[in-house]
Amino acid sequence: MSNQLEPIKDPGLPAHVHRRADLDEKYAKRAETQVAILFLLSALGTVLLIVSYVFIPQDIFVFIPVMGEQNVHQLLLGLGMAIALFFIGAGLIHWAKNLMPDEEVIAQRHEFRSNDEDRAEFVKTVKAGASTAGLGRRPLIKRTMGLALGLSGITPILLLRDLGPLPGDELTKTSWKTGTYLVTDPGDRRIKASDLEVGAVAQVLPELAEGKDHHSLNDIAKDALLLIRLRPEEFNLDAERLSWTHEGIIAFSKICSHMGCAVALYEQTTKHLLCPCHQSTFDVTRAAKVIFGPAARPLPQLAITVDEEGYLIAQAPFNEPVGPSFWERSS
Amino acid sequence: MTARERVAGNVAGFVDDRTGAAKYLKKSLSKVFPDHWSFLLGEICLYSFIILLASGTFLTFWFDPSMREVVYDGAYVPLQGVEMSAAYASALDISFEVRGGLLMRQIHHWAALIFMVGIVVHLLRVYFTGAFRKPREFNWVIGVGLLTLGIVEGFLGYSLPDDLLSGTGIRIAEAIIQALPVVGSYLSYFAFGGAFPGIAFIPRIYTVHVLLLPGIFLALITVHLMLVWYQKHTQFPGPGRTEKNVVGYPLMPVYMAKAGGFFFIVFGVTAFLGAVASINPIWLYGPYTPGQISAGSQPDWYMGWLDGLVRMAPPLESYIFGYTISWNILIPGLILPGIMFTLLALYPFIESWATGDKREHHLLDRPRNAPNRTALGAMALTFTLVSLINGGNDIIATTFDLTINQMMWFARIGVIVLPPIAFVVTKRICLSLQRADRELVLHGRETGRLVRLPHGEFVEVHEPISAEKAWTLTSHEQLAPLELPEFDQAGVRRPAAIRNKIRNRISRAHAVAVPKATETERKELEGHH
Repeated sequence: MSNQLEPIKDPGLPAHVHRRADLDEKYAKRAETQVAILFLLSALGTVLLIVSYVFIPQDIFVFIPVMGEQNVHQLLLGLGMAIALFFIGAGLIHWAKNLMPDEEVIAQRHEFRSNDEDRAEFVKTVKAGASTAGLGRRPLIKRTMGLALGLSGITPILLLRDLGPLPGDELTKTSWKTGTYLVTDPGDRRIKASDLEVGAVAQVLPELAEGKDHHSLNDIAKDALLLIRLRPEEFNLDAERLSWTHEGIIAFSKICSHMGCAVALYEQTTKHLLCPCHQSTFDVTRAAKVIFGPAARPLPQLAITVDEEGYLIAQAPFNEPVGPSFWERSS
Repeated sequence: MTARERVAGNVAGFVDDRTGAAKYLKKSLSKVFPDHWSFLLGEICLYSFIILLASGTFLTFWFDPSMREVVYDGAYVPLQGVEMSAAYASALDISFEVRGGLLMRQIHHWAALIFMVGIVVHLLRVYFTGAFRKPREFNWVIGVGLLTLGIVEGFLGYSLPDDLLSGTGIRIAEAIIQALPVVGSYLSYFAFGGAFPGIAFIPRIYTVHVLLLPGIFLALITVHLMLVWYQKHTQFPGPGRTEKNVVGYPLMPVYMAKAGGFFFIVFGVTAFLGAVASINPIWLYGPYTPGQISAGSQPDWYMGWLDGLVRMAPPLESYIFGYTISWNILIPGLILPGIMFTLLALYPFIESWATGDKREHHLLDRPRNAPNRTALGAMALTFTLVSLINGGNDIIATTFDLTINQMMWFARIGVIVLPPIAFVVTKRICLSLQRADRELVLHGRETGRLVRLPHGEFVEVHEPISAEKAWTLTSHEQLAPLELPEFDQAGVRRPAAIRNKIRNRISRAHAVAVPKATETERKELEGHH
């Protein structure tokens, strides 16, 4: 429809409007001075940088509103550098905008497509090349070369094999064994039920095995445990799970069953545990059942009891792997 | 000839005798680039990359990428005597003992954030103006590649200091690897050299962060720029501008000065931010240990939308024949981003397939003149923004006194409901803007001057707009929709019937437009007055 109507015409590139600096030497001179001032400001910035680097000690702090406590050395060094760089740029651009030619010019584009002859030539060259190499006529060469190239691709994969050991059953095991003492973190002291008041929460670790002097991060990543003490009547557990608690003290893996963050936020009034990474929320009274968020499984519960002296120990190892899911996990 | 000219001539002659560069350079120095503020966005990325290379190199001279345990005895008193990795300790040393070290760390981090913002905004500019169309599809795909690598590179970079926050990020990355069906736990053990966190990961990602990825970046950016150079820059429509020409300023001297100047300005602003705006104060977080965490753990912004998706995922896991598939991780962490980036990379081809437009385009679209594309973009942006907001749901909830549950449900519903709404609203707005353009061309600008006619009627005086403006508002093409046949002459459905039907439908949606004003209509209206 619209192609029968006469379209609005292109008036062409508008006539060039000269700047004041193009017409009047006085303005040009002024622009020149302005550019020079900008470059000099930059030079001052570098001077500030050098002076701060050499003369200002690193341990002076000053309070600046909004920014708070600031290290004078780092602040002046940075400001000097910022001034030095920024004003080089400002000078260059001011120069370009006011004194360099500002007349728009037109350049023509060229077509990218090669013309048909060139394309045909190209195809012929490729075909000729391929036929002199005899690729089509010598299938034996083609197939064996394919085999050789394909097989050589295995090399990097094979050589990367030693990046790490195979997981084996490591993901399913922790340091918690039957009878392992629960100890404070930090401090490594054994804990009695009476150490924990009702409503309290504590992070604990398994007691170090003989010969080990500290908890490795690899162990903490699987062993970290949360102890929470409620009034026993507050629990809403089946008989088995209730028998895993001791005098209202319940123990969960601190490693989130979603993506392995430390589930560290405990809300006393609601008795919910919240993972700060993705907000999975677990109900402590119901064996850490997921009540909100992306986690699909409760936090694994560790069965605990006390030894004859009243120190808290593990009744048994975890009955399921702790931490995030993985393919070989069975439930 | 002055002495100086003679020396310069000799040097140039020496080089040209051996390279023949004069022939090429004489053309290149007068190469024309069109001017528009939005064309600076890509430059910002390039300059931030250079800043990243420079500041990053500085940091490597002191950073010790090792997870060997040391006891800190440096200048920062609160952490003295604390066990930590050598990586974290050396990052503290850079911050407190190397003069200018903290400045460089902050410049490096700020430059990374600016790099990523630059890439995203540059991508939006290219998308909404249709600059990705033929012949620039390769450059679009390379750009999407750079965006993807940028996200990975940024993540690896802020993971290096091995502080409590970044270690938590690595823990999440490990969970994503581990969630892969069949090979997950093996890949995780290979990546970490054993169980998490092990002692191998930081040195490994260090090599990837400072060598492998920067090398790939350098190669891709080079090709990206060479293509821009060779294909010449696109330009906005305007008087005197056509598909066959490029209107602008020559490289020498104007663009050299402007682009060179702009580099220093970007560097200057980044240095200013590094000087006054504290970022990633790792000494406040403490060293990483898997048993601890700080509330409000947030990734950098370009990872935030991914984290937001993970947060809003429903708690779904399947247990089949004794094996576990974690949909709650796979869908938001791998499948959705995979689909999104694939669609993004393929968009130029999808659009050209649907509209049947296989021609070269060097004139940009004003976003309103491509309502469907603009609306699709708004839809994708809305999806990402809702995810990004959910990535900070804990911070938002505490700041605005909401509950996490409200935030999460807003995101879960919003991420599905809001994008289609954004599509419809944006398309309507585009069409209204087209109508406004048409009015403007036909009836001129409203002057706000009211005149009373002899018979008592009040009218507002309209002033005709300039010929240049009228051309700019009407120079775009309005393509008719495709009409691919679904039936052959005998009335039998063709084999490609379904495909053709889909293409027809998309192309019809794409061709919806307010007819642009024409000279004929203008003249008719003049006759009436």
